[in-house]
Amino acid sequence: MGAFIIRRLLSTLLVMGLVGVFIFLLLHLSPGDPAAIIAGDNATPAQIEAIRTSLGLNDPLHVQFGRWAVRVLNGDLGISIFSNVPVATLIAQRVWPTISLAFTTIVLAVALALAAGVLAAWKAGSLADRLVMILSVVGFSVPVFVVGYLLIYVFAITLRWLPVQGYSPLAEGLWPWASHLILPSTALGLAYVALIARITRTAMLDVLAEDYMRTARAKGVGTGPMLFKHALKSAGVPIVTVVGIGIALLIGGVVITETVFNLPGIGRLVVDAISKRDYPIIQGVILLFSGVYVIINLLVDLSYTLLDPRIRY
Amino acid sequence: MTVAAAEIARIPNRSGMWHFVRRNPTLVGGLAVLLLVALAALIAPLIAGDPIAAKPVNRLRPPSQINWLGTDQLGRDVWARTVYGARISLVVGLSVAAIAMTIGLLIGLLAGFSRTVETVVMRLMDGLMAIPAILLAIAFVSLSRASVSVVVAAIALPEIPRVVRLVRAVVLSVREQPFVEAAVASGTRLPKILRRHILPATMPPLIVQATYVAASAILIEAALSFLGAGTPPEIPTWGNMIASSRVYLGLAPWTIFGPGLALALVVLAVNLVGDGLRDHLDPRIARRM
Amino acid sequence: MTAPLLDVQDLKTHFFNEDGITRAVDGLSFAVAPQETVGIVGESGCGKTVTALSILQLLPPRLGRIVGGRILFEGTDLTRLSERQLRAIRGNRIGMIFQEPMTSLNPVLSIGHQIAEAVRIHKGFSASAARSRASQMLDLVKIPDAARRLDDYPHQFSGGMRQRVMIAMALACDPKMLIADEPTTALDVTIQAQVLKLMLELKAKTGAAIVLITHDLGVVAETCQRVVVMYAGRKVEEAPVGELFARPAHPYTRGLLASIARGKAGARAKRLKEIPGMVPSLREPMQGCAFAPRCQFAIDACRLQQPGLRPVAGEPQHQAACLRLGEVLAP
Repeated sequence: MGAFIIRRLLSTLLVMGLVGVFIFLLLHLSPGDPAAIIAGDNATPAQIEAIRTSLGLNDPLHVQFGRWAVRVLNGDLGISIFSNVPVATLIAQRVWPTISLAFTTIVLAVALALAAGVLAAWKAGSLADRLVMILSVVGFSVPVFVVGYLLIYVFAITLRWLPVQGYSPLAEGLWPWASHLILPSTALGLAYVALIARITRTAMLDVLAEDYMRTARAKGVGTGPMLFKHALKSAGVPIVTVVGIGIALLIGGVVITETVFNLPGIGRLVVDAISKRDYPIIQGVILLFSGVYVIINLLVDLSYTLLDPRIRY
Repeated sequence: MTVAAAEIARIPNRSGMWHFVRRNPTLVGGLAVLLLVALAALIAPLIAGDPIAAKPVNRLRPPSQINWLGTDQLGRDVWARTVYGARISLVVGLSVAAIAMTIGLLIGLLAGFSRTVETVVMRLMDGLMAIPAILLAIAFVSLSRASVSVVVAAIALPEIPRVVRLVRAVVLSVREQPFVEAAVASGTRLPKILRRHILPATMPPLIVQATYVAASAILIEAALSFLGAGTPPEIPTWGNMIASSRVYLGLAPWTIFGPGLALALVVLAVNLVGDGLRDHLDPRIARRM
Repeated sequence: MTAPLLDVQDLKTHFFNEDGITRAVDGLSFAVAPQETVGIVGESGCGKTVTALSILQLLPPRLGRIVGGRILFEGTDLTRLSERQLRAIRGNRIGMIFQEPMTSLNPVLSIGHQIAEAVRIHKGFSASAARSRASQMLDLVKIPDAARRLDDYPHQFSGGMRQRVMIAMALACDPKMLIADEPTTALDVTIQAQVLKLMLELKAKTGAAIVLITHDLGVVAETCQRVVVMYAGRKVEEAPVGELFARPAHPYTRGLLASIARGKAGARAKRLKEIPGMVPSLREPMQGCAFAPRCQFAIDACRLQQPGLRPVAGEPQHQAACLRLGEVLAP
């Protein structure tokens, strides 16, 4: 088991390294002169050259990469071109709204999706099942921002039950914090719920047909423990896998959701950076989010042994 | 009559369009919607009017007989812009699917046949897959001059690894089959093996995957336009329509929900086509779904 | 004569699907006395497994249903009970073990947990009490190193040991009756003998009655006190075990016995006798005796009406459903 963990860690490090290389190369392989593009259409040659030097673009590629890699490993994600503030600092300033959003979304989405998927499998073929399936496809097809504006229009503008946009830190009260996050979490999590509900239903259907479920029934086990202790745990591996992979959807969606709902998080940071072509910020955030994604999936892999004792490494 | 004979007699033997429709409702429904949208996009100038003409005096009019979906903040006809917006979405969806599938197929085939290529390539694909697609696309676009081809390339890139994985898996499993080993042993050359055995096996899952890639591409393109990282703003796309009319959500919701609904409809149709194809091509899974 | 522990009266279980109705069990009656071992024998498809599932109503919910008859267990009609009432009986007063030990245990729960679960649900034991009971049960079924193996998972056990675990699980709450559906069919011959021996020992210790479903007459000979022979969903013969082997009355039973190699004559036989023909489809209602198409003694009357159960000459406990008993039994 220990050997497996070490191998997985090495593999993860390798993947992170590749991610770093890709992101680094992106800057250099895109069509056009990155410095000119970053400088903008109205820049003078002198300004372009200044940017080129500040980004170190005149040195040989491998030197640039080495320098960049060392800096990143030391936590230095570069400096914003426009505000001259270190990217890492900018990220740290905006991390809490994003974490709050991600946390509420994941918790609510997973809980809802598991419940829906288990219900659909248990009552396969019934109206409830069809409903879950239809909502799944629809939920997966409607883009986050459309759902977001729909929710705002109905619940915030028309019914006035919830705030239209903005963020309230936890320190200023639980309900304000929560109420500002309800609509964004719903919009962001809809596709995620759809994905997980579907795989839960499929996995549960497989498990419910197994012989050992009949044995449990012959022992007099009640419906609740049958579904959740006996069946769901057995179906755990594919479900948890999708929970991990689906995080990619969430990360992409965070950027959009924060824009729609005006949450001052890392997503908004990226969006502002787009219009100003502040590449170091974009690069820094990609590195951060990719790292988070890789780590989450590593944890998912490690969780397999907890879920299914047949899987030993 | 034995049980087996009875079962065979029961399966309707009739072919023909009507029965195809009845057996594959999602597939046909989705295709119908898509064809309608594609048609509308194609003949846009005939049915839609002018998407760019701005008449500020007409701004923010609700849907009416003249303006089916109302007008936006510059007096432009929302219906016209929505129909024209379909062009970009459909073109991007198709192009990304085509490019990602082609490149993915090539790389996947290579990886399935050569052990060295496989180890290198699969690691690269792992790395690429670790970067969330939208962010990668944003980064790519922000470093280049905005244009439709750049957007297509930016969206296709993160879709390639999944295709590569799929193709490689199919190649590996087909290679194991006894009839392929027999073909190799009897001296059949590689191109023929590819053509006869490998490619036909990859086609069904590949086609299904292509639809999901197209749906994903349309969503990402819209997101990019929405965030201002997409095609040049002069071309109306559903994403940038919603972005520019954001502040009017309360006053003129039609400016947002016109394109929004169109977007949802098209993506839903593509997803239904994908599901329908999958059920049609692999009925074993269909019975569970 | 004491009241029977289990009294199955005219049980009819049908399966419903798009192709029609399959009459898997079509009017079966038999009884089991306390502490008795009764074997139900027949070929695949004769309805013996469906009978076992019907008793505890473990039929696949949308497909199979009991459509007639009564199943009296300790005087209560099980067919009239709600699911909740049935749950109180399953695993508690009636235990059941299944044919496939490899797939009948949950792979993600420890075997200790799975055994303890039964006593926790039915007897309200605490976690530690249940655990020690589970350990006791493992000892009872002769699994070495019981205490340590409580936390092991099914995949860490061999087929024979898994079947022992199943037995331990079924007996954990000290049931009055154990239903065993082909318990040794999926095991190696040597392991089969061990498991059967274990079952008999446990029966002697716990005083449980056993309903043993099998297609193997050898198993029946070794373990059962009485035998019920089933064919096409119905009982065709019933007798104490010695009597059945000494004087089989129904043509089908005779065919079955003739088709296995028995004794010295059997060991020398160059060719085993088979019963010609095939088991009939249970889809169409049958007129007359179900075995008639394959029976060498059949006459026209056999094809017209179903023969009822008649006592076999001299033996009050021996019945067979045949119109031509006299001719069949003639020396």
